[in-house]
Amino acid sequence: MKGMTIIVKTISSWVKVLIVLFGIYIILFGHLTPGGGFAGGVILASSYLLLMLAFGREFVQKDLPLALDSKLDCLGAFMFVLIAVLGLVFSGVFFVNFLYQEKYLPSEPLHLISAGTIPLSNIAIGLKVGASLFLVIFLLSTFRRETPAKR
Amino acid sequence: MSIFYVLLLFMIIAAVIAIETKNLLSSVICIGAIGFGASLMFLFLRAPDIAITQIVVEVLGLIILIRATISRDLTFITGDKEFFGTVISVVIIFVIFLAGAKVFETLPDFGTAIFAEVPEDTASQTYIKKGLEDTGAANIVASVILDYRAYDTLGEATVLFTSIIGATVILRKKAKKLLEEPEL
Repeated sequence: MKGMTIIVKTISSWVKVLIVLFGIYIILFGHLTPGGGFAGGVILASSYLLLMLAFGREFVQKDLPLALDSKLDCLGAFMFVLIAVLGLVFSGVFFVNFLYQEKYLPSEPLHLISAGTIPLSNIAIGLKVGASLFLVIFLLSTFRRETPAKR
Repeated sequence: MSIFYVLLLFMIIAAVIAIETKNLLSSVICIGAIGFGASLMFLFLRAPDIAITQIVVEVLGLIILIRATISRDLTFITGDKEFFGTVISVVIIFVIFLAGAKVFETLPDFGTAIFAEVPEDTASQTYIKKGLEDTGAANIVASVILDYRAYDTLGEATVLFTSIIGATVILRKKAKKLLEEPEL
């Protein structure tokens, strides 16, 4: 039988929305409130992990294939390095916070759109950590399941 | 301050149970309890950032350990311990305990905010005073890890990326083969 009982499936299909929303909130408000890219990314990965435990591997594979997951991982890493290189291009220093200059993005502190490149870096790291953690959990679980059959 | 000692006692008891218990599942749950205690401790030390990360990673790590590493069959660890090995380990633990007692005499009290007392013009004082002005981020942890010390974050991301590539290369073939076949 795939997945768990109907109770677990129903509850987790309600709860997954809240978990994903909370992860997105943690990532987006990482420069204002506690949290940030790493914690939010792990929360996003854990929402997919909940789906995997409740509905089985094939359900998650339809929703988030391994290839797409690897691409998201690479996209996050690429975004982070791109932000760093853009700092080199615009202001002459690698990793400088180039958006927080007055001429590009004037903004006040304590607003959602503030702090220049820091929210963008948070998004990149969240994407990267979430995708790669889910990838490694998925691979480990499929790998471990195979060992009893080999014996 | 006494809450720290209560939490510390809780974590030590959980660690002892995690080592001594014969059932691997309860041992894993005890490791989760240790992580939960550490997370609460960070919260009481007013470090909510690391508390969130700690509890999330610990809970997720627990699920990985239960679900992926010990999927169906629980392993029971048995076997007799040798007398000589026990004596050696007791001696080593005693020496480490003595060294630790020496070190603890020099440390400040647990939970003391020592960074408030370090002299001016050090890096930590600069981060605290000029963090909002320099980077515009209200969360000072974000301003440190993504602006002042972004190289560290880049290195960390590189380490994660490389390890994921290694794990994927080792495990992907078996996973693909398993996905093509139905569940056994």
